Amino acid sequence: MTFLADPITFIAEWLRNLLVGWGLSAGWVTLIMKLVGVAVVGSFGLIVVIFLIWLERKVAARFQQRLGPNRVGPYGLLQTIADVIKIFTKEHITPRGVDVVVYNIAPLLSVAAVVLLWAVIPFTSKAVGADLNVGVLYLVAVGALGTLAILMAGWASNNKYALLGAFRTVAQMVSYEVPMVLALLVPVLLSGTMGVNGIVQAQRVAYLVVSPLAALLFFVSSLAEIGRTPFDLMEGESEIVAGFHIEYSGLKFGMFFVGEFLHAFTVSALFAALFLGGWRGWGAQQYPILGFFYFMGKTFLTYFVVMWVRSTLPRVRIDHMLNFNWKFLTPVGLVLLVATAVVQKILLVSGVSLWGMTLTHLLVNVLIGWAAMRLVMAREARRPRRQPVAQPRPVARPPKTTQA
Amino acid sequence: MTVEQIVFLIMAVVTLGAALMVVTERRIVRSALWLILALFSVAVLYALLSAGFFAVVQVVVYIGAIAVLFIFAAMLTRKSMQDVGPQVNTGWPAAALIGAVVFLSLSWMLSRWTSFAALPPAFADDTPTLSQLGVALVSPDAYVIPFEIASVLLVAAMVGALYAAWGKKS
Repeated sequence: MTFLADPITFIAEWLRNLLVGWGLSAGWVTLIMKLVGVAVVGSFGLIVVIFLIWLERKVAARFQQRLGPNRVGPYGLLQTIADVIKIFTKEHITPRGVDVVVYNIAPLLSVAAVVLLWAVIPFTSKAVGADLNVGVLYLVAVGALGTLAILMAGWASNNKYALLGAFRTVAQMVSYEVPMVLALLVPVLLSGTMGVNGIVQAQRVAYLVVSPLAALLFFVSSLAEIGRTPFDLMEGESEIVAGFHIEYSGLKFGMFFVGEFLHAFTVSALFAALFLGGWRGWGAQQYPILGFFYFMGKTFLTYFVVMWVRSTLPRVRIDHMLNFNWKFLTPVGLVLLVATAVVQKILLVSGVSLWGMTLTHLLVNVLIGWAAMRLVMAREARRPRRQPVAQPRPVARPPKTTQA
Repeated sequence: MTVEQIVFLIMAVVTLGAALMVVTERRIVRSALWLILALFSVAVLYALLSAGFFAVVQVVVYIGAIAVLFIFAAMLTRKSMQDVGPQVNTGWPAAALIGAVVFLSLSWMLSRWTSFAALPPAFADDTPTLSQLGVALVSPDAYVIPFEIASVLLVAAMVGALYAAWGKKS
């Protein structure tokens, strides 16, 4: 029964007892257990990507009224495996003129920066890689490494399109980090802890309901952070060919690809943990294994929305992207943060019930969102309309001839 | 030797080696990348001292913001690959003098310091260090005045940056 209720802890305890039984000292046992944990969590992330690529292709195909992969294996499930094998057999090309070391480190770093995020994600109430008390800040710090990987790839490729892609990356990822941090601070304020598992535990009502505006800000800015279609300016095929990974091929390109897919999934997992209540659900405290299924269900639901957005929206223009961030998301995030802090303190002092708190926060969020939309629309109404580029022109007609 | 000491020694070597590469590397972007390695290993040292908050802040601020800004500026202003110029400018004797003085005084201080073998003292109470830090930063009998002064400095820097970036509207 213990095994069925919480297999991860059960196996961990079994392994610990086994190692202690072999006569290892406590320090070494902890070290080995941690290394095993790192391998398990990292491999989980990397293996789930194989499934994600199939899912993405299948779902995107349905959005575009196609069938998607359907030849290799049932429902084309083995298609990605075939692709993986193909990409492994490709030659490792290092073009002439690149900075060899940096060029080869960049793809590794881009995958590592995503896998590192999995360290703080709570899978069940018991199974969390490292329950850091600065978990939320850790997410931001690791995100910075991802930016660095793309910068390194862009610079080391010695190619102007790659460099342009790297510039766009900095403009985009560094800017969108600001509203993302502001949105992340709202769950921190509401739960009173920076640990991700603590935030999940504090969500008696999912923070999507308590603070929908923060959830929206986080979702939009993390879409920008993963650089997928509405925000894929850094690789913009039609503008800068492929951006930062133009000089990469074979497995090195594949690693950027894996990094992007896994990042999208990781961001969905974070959204599920921070705003949808993570592993919380019926019986999840008692039987932690149920929590894993709840968590994965919520994650895949969020991932579906990410794919939905990707197949629906076209790429935004770069000035629109920056204006949207600095003139809309960041001010809204600042106002929301201050309002949430004040309201939360007042509510805590006055001792309102859980539902009272939820409703008050919800009301504040709706008010801020409504005011922001009104401001934007009023500004839009005042903006002078630019003449469309192609004016309808009078049709040329032959001059009227007066013939006798 | 405990595991902690081994990790400390490795990270100390990495920090010093990376710092040396920062000043000897000829291509400026690579030197910025070495700087990132040095800053990252300092973050590991913070983590070893069980100051997790500082380790993470070190990565966020120094790697995520400052080093990325360095690289960005270098990429915008230099030709990407052929960047070989003189490694020293005319002020190098003064810099060498200051460096030597700082190095000698630090060595002298460390040579008089006896508690190398001391173990870190246990924390006085069980509350997480992070919340202790937070309370100390805003409590009147601890660090509220330095904290506020630093905030005023940062606001002044932000206003200055805005003023510089605003430009002249004709």
